[in-house]
Amino acid sequence: MTPLDKVEGRAIPFGLKNVDTDVIIPAHWLKTTTREGMGKGAFESLRTDPDNLFDSAEFKGAPILIAGDNFGCGSSREHAAWALGDLGIRVVIAPSYSDIFSGNAVKNGILPVVLPQTAIDRLMEVATTDPVFVDLEHQTVTTQFQDRFTFEIDPFRKMCLLEGLDEISLTEKSDAAIGAYERQLDTDRPWMRPAA
Amino acid sequence: MTRPRTLYEKIWDAHVVEQRPDGTCLIFIDRHLVHEVTSPQAFAGLRASGRTVRRPDLTLAVPDHNVPTTPRRDAAGKRLPIADAESAAQLAALEKNAPEYGIRYIDAVAPEQGIVHVVGPEQGFSLPGATIVCGDSHTACHGGIGALAFGIGTSEVEHVLATQTLLLQPSKTMEVRVEGEVGPGVSAKDIILHITGVIGAAGGTGHIIEYTGSAIRALSIEGRLTVSNMAIEGGARAGLIAPDEVTFEYLQGRPYAPKGADWDAAVEYWTSLATDPGATYDKSVVIDAADIAPSVTWGTSPEDVVPITGIVPDPASFADPSKQAAAAKSLAYMGLEPGTRMQDVPVENIFIGSCTNSRIEDLRAAAAVIRGRHKADNVRWAIVVPGSGLVKAQAEAEGLDRIFIDAGLEWREPGCSACLAMNPDKVPAGERCASTSNRNFVGRQGPGARTHLVSPAMAAAAAVTGKLTDVRELMDS
Ligand code: SF4
Repeated sequence: MTPLDKVEGRAIPFGLKNVDTDVIIPAHWLKTTTREGMGKGAFESLRTDPDNLFDSAEFKGAPILIAGDNFGCGSSREHAAWALGDLGIRVVIAPSYSDIFSGNAVKNGILPVVLPQTAIDRLMEVATTDPVFVDLEHQTVTTQFQDRFTFEIDPFRKMCLLEGLDEISLTEKSDAAIGAYERQLDTDRPWMRPAA
Repeated sequence: MTRPRTLYEKIWDAHVVEQRPDGTCLIFIDRHLVHEVTSPQAFAGLRASGRTVRRPDLTLAVPDHNVPTTPRRDAAGKRLPIADAESAAQLAALEKNAPEYGIRYIDAVAPEQGIVHVVGPEQGFSLPGATIVCGDSHTACHGGIGALAFGIGTSEVEHVLATQTLLLQPSKTMEVRVEGEVGPGVSAKDIILHITGVIGAAGGTGHIIEYTGSAIRALSIEGRLTVSNMAIEGGARAGLIAPDEVTFEYLQGRPYAPKGADWDAAVEYWTSLATDPGATYDKSVVIDAADIAPSVTWGTSPEDVVPITGIVPDPASFADPSKQAAAAKSLAYMGLEPGTRMQDVPVENIFIGSCTNSRIEDLRAAAAVIRGRHKADNVRWAIVVPGSGLVKAQAEAEGLDRIFIDAGLEWREPGCSACLAMNPDKVPAGERCASTSNRNFVGRQGPGARTHLVSPAMAAAAAVTGKLTDVRELMDS
């Protein structure tokens, strides 16, 4: 996973509330075999509009997405995070998220920033013309004007994102403990190994 | 003396590799079941990071979700291609990944192929006291034999493949005790539908449900798997039923189950897992088995349960305003009027199958009702999908296939089928289906499809009469 510390650039002033994972990535993309390339399916239903933000010259490839309340609700599909990542998004800024979505986002190197609606409103305004700066280390979102918003994040999630550690790399640090458990299991319950 | 513990606590404690300061534990996973839909990205992730599968010997792969249930070989025995290109690609990915990583693989045309949650116990791969995971929420099913089993997401599938562990927070415990004897025509499916109606779809959230009481003890393994399967519909990540003689008898001699002296040691261990006298649960619900009728759902949440003798409820009859709104929305989707007798609701489709109800006992129960009868004319589509190739062979040896076919039902190849409508088996928009599966969500059996969850005997009764029917009226007394 690519570490994430400072993300600077254009932020898509999307702003919609209750965006469910079906909107982020429609169900027919669940039949795929790779995580890659799913950006094509991201927000598919909205992107049939030729004037949509995601494909505009200004916002195509923008690393930040600004959204409304309850972003990522609905089905637990991890494909939603993959789709955003493939679209180039590293940070989502919204007043709230579904729990599963924010967990999936972090697992895939995407920072879900929680800010109050007033801050979202201001950032939406700035984003239409100017870049937004996100600093995970200091937990701030700033602009080139006087704006400075601080956000909270679980320390474990912060560490994972800063170091680019996925959970697997973290668990691999416990390799010796897992090996010891396996040896003990073979002694205590040798019959747990499948017989055939 | 050690503190009395529940079945869940005993299994949990036996699997802690490491405990983190915040209470999160690294839990060892004894069995990992893999299917074609939620695994390709996990294998791609392994490949991208140059990792391997830590314990291929504890992993079993079998395709089930989108394999077609139409014949898989032509008359000459040649394997037929899958028409849907995306499904074919997912299947091809599993077929390539399993051998590449040294994982046991039951292919789509093997005699043992079937729904993962049917295959696991049937092969003796799932064992009591084991931790079992799979990228499918109905993994809860394996709790029927006393395994701590739950569904996981694709990143977690990759995590288990790479490390054979998961990072988990301990759950709270909930006891659902069903005491007494159920009446005639009442099956394990009716018990779990009734429970879901009583506790609600969020009743078990954050909990692991242990099902106890004489009505649960009296169930066969097939019935226990049905009950535990739908723990997730009650909001719990897993269900559990303490292993006993019935469990041991079911498992003994199965291909992957322990043999000889190992078997005896295993039985001794499994027997020690039962909840200790004096152990407490965080929450308890007691249900009188005599209150359970053959049941049916009327809405789009599995908690929307009434006895078949009941009526479609009036949304205004619910105390909670959000439930009132949800019920009104459900009824609009289902095309039902409050006050309609459930037995007056016509059905055009019948689905007997899914990991909830596709084992041999389920098929026997359905066949017992269908025998000597014919499906009603208004029933357009009625399919019976056995849970595995072995169930199918057993049913054919007993002549059940003939009973279904003679009655005008279709006899299919094993798989998930119309449970989630990922393969071509779908219920058309606006039409109703009496289904033995586990989810009546909007669009679950196809866009616009209207699902009524029932037991296999009740689905068979609906096939015969063309409407939701009290199976007791068709039973020989
Ligand atoms: S039958 Fe349905 S619930 Fe069971 S594994 Fe298949 S899709 Fe999931």
